[in-house]
Amino acid sequence: MTSRQSLGAVRSSFAPWADPTATPLVRFEAVTKRFGAETAVKSVSLDIYEREFFALLGPSGCGKTTLMRMLAGFETPDEGRVTLEGQDLAGLPPHQRPLHMMFQSYALFPHLSVERNIAFGLQRQGLAKAEISDRVAEMLALVRLEGLARRKPDQLSGGQRQRVALARALAPRPKVLLLDEPLGALDRKLREETQFELMALQQRLGMTFLVVTHDQEEAMVMADRIAVMRAGEIVQTGPPPEVYEAPNCRYVADFIGEVNLFEGQVETADGRLVRLSSPVCPQGLEAAEDDPLPKSAAAWFAVRPEKMVLHPTPPPPGPNLMQGKVADIGYLGDWTTYVVEVAGGQTVRAARANAARVVENPVDWGDTVWLTFARDAAVVLSR
Amino acid sequence: MRPGPSLFNRIAVGLGLLFLYAPIVLLVVYSFNASKLVTVWGGFSTRWYQALLHDDQMLAAAWTTLRVGLASATVATVLGTLAAFALVRHPRFAGRTLFTGMIYAPLVLPEVILGLSLLLLFVSLGLPRGLWTVTIGHATLTLCYAAVVIQARLSSFDISLEEAAQDLGCTPTQAFLQVTLPNIAPAVAAAWMLAFTLSLDDLVVASFTSGPGATTLPMRIYSQVRLGVNPEINAVSTLLIGMVACGVIAAYVGQRRSTQRR
Repeated sequence: MTSRQSLGAVRSSFAPWADPTATPLVRFEAVTKRFGAETAVKSVSLDIYEREFFALLGPSGCGKTTLMRMLAGFETPDEGRVTLEGQDLAGLPPHQRPLHMMFQSYALFPHLSVERNIAFGLQRQGLAKAEISDRVAEMLALVRLEGLARRKPDQLSGGQRQRVALARALAPRPKVLLLDEPLGALDRKLREETQFELMALQQRLGMTFLVVTHDQEEAMVMADRIAVMRAGEIVQTGPPPEVYEAPNCRYVADFIGEVNLFEGQVETADGRLVRLSSPVCPQGLEAAEDDPLPKSAAAWFAVRPEKMVLHPTPPPPGPNLMQGKVADIGYLGDWTTYVVEVAGGQTVRAARANAARVVENPVDWGDTVWLTFARDAAVVLSR
Repeated sequence: MRPGPSLFNRIAVGLGLLFLYAPIVLLVVYSFNASKLVTVWGGFSTRWYQALLHDDQMLAAAWTTLRVGLASATVATVLGTLAAFALVRHPRFAGRTLFTGMIYAPLVLPEVILGLSLLLLFVSLGLPRGLWTVTIGHATLTLCYAAVVIQARLSSFDISLEEAAQDLGCTPTQAFLQVTLPNIAPAVAAAWMLAFTLSLDDLVVASFTSGPGATTLPMRIYSQVRLGVNPEINAVSTLLIGMVACGVIAAYVGQRRSTQRR
């Protein structure tokens, strides 16, 4: 890659994790948590930097919420330690930690009005009355709920409740805002809007956000960095483009977005190019890869559907070419996904942007088509 | 539209209600009897209610009952709330099943046995029996009822509300007082009303645990009836029924409000 190139379509100058002199704000050091015989979190180490929007992503039961609750103080690590600004948080109960959490259920106090919900944390801090009412007004304006200050939570819509919960957690100016599935209860349209709102808010306040989610799209859109979790362990940590374009294992490749995995045996790997022999492709598979791999080891090529090229007529023979029959077509409006059955019974997904309204020679169910992918479109995985 | 109840059902319900309430209706009607003979109707009159106002023994008993009811209901509600909280919030502590069983045992334990064991306890401790021992006895009797009512409400209460309060700077105790208690208040009030009502009409435990000078209203009524029923007893019983009915209705309304709030 040249200096003009980078992974993914986004160029970001914010990368404190790449700076060896930067000190993390939050640090998990080999943290383990067990519930009875089950290990919910297995020796997780993680650094989160100031002003970062960090996402813990994984399926339900992967330990992401437990990890967050250990930072909030609702769970105690069995091993390892959690630090904030270098200070060990062990023994500090939740009410003494300068972090606030937005709960998945929002947990608004039903007996208090919107403004008194928002003022709750400020009153506990012992601020003066005038300051509290100023801060509440500021928060109401921030989440655009000015007219609803005197409503009770049960008189609000789901989206409004979500914003009250956000304002309540933000009002005491926490060092880190913890968000547990913040958009889980919203419908799709509102969720998309709120994603961008949360990002704008985080930028404007210059705060550190830690969000727990099972929704990969949510994590991809909002976060500066994502940690992908599986069964209590972090499998990969990195900015969204890196996690998407350079997954380090099949689990991450498959969990984030859609992927075609081609299994094969390493024929040659010279530090520039890896050649695999695979039943799906008679001429073999080739991908650009700097790391040498041992000969005849098992390896996988991961290719995203949008990086597969679909040919209605046979292209010139060469590597990375496979022939198949169209088994399914999913027309999504902006994209069309073709499911193609290739040699060996494997199905391969190819996605095409519907860049034109009128299409010549459209592809039909049962058509014979050819698929190719570029050498640098594939990620070589060894696990 | 659903068809109305069949003739058989109507008769069954009618007979059931008659069986339950005929004695009470009779008692209420005869409390307004002008005649001195309990079983002979001598016209409408409120003279027995007036007589009641001048019966110092009966008034003293009523006053005792009221004090015992207020104190024991309060003690039972406080202890019942704490017990319910422990049961719902810490489902994993050792001996939970035993604790649950022990809380609920007085619900099915014969009152005579409860009364007797309390008496033995007070005697062996050398406590002089009187107002306070009756109060303790009633608190023991009604605690389990209060705990059941409050536990039902607490188990549907979202624990993340308490966590949110702690997250925003409350100690666990402050979180309970500022967030949990206001939200379960109707159930706590219902539990108190129930405990108060149970204490008002208890005869058995009171008989075992009371001493001289601490005669409760049901004890007074019972001892008078043994000497022969007089219409004044009907009048005082009618008043007691009225109070108990009010208590039960208030408890019911309180519980309904707390369920609707969820």
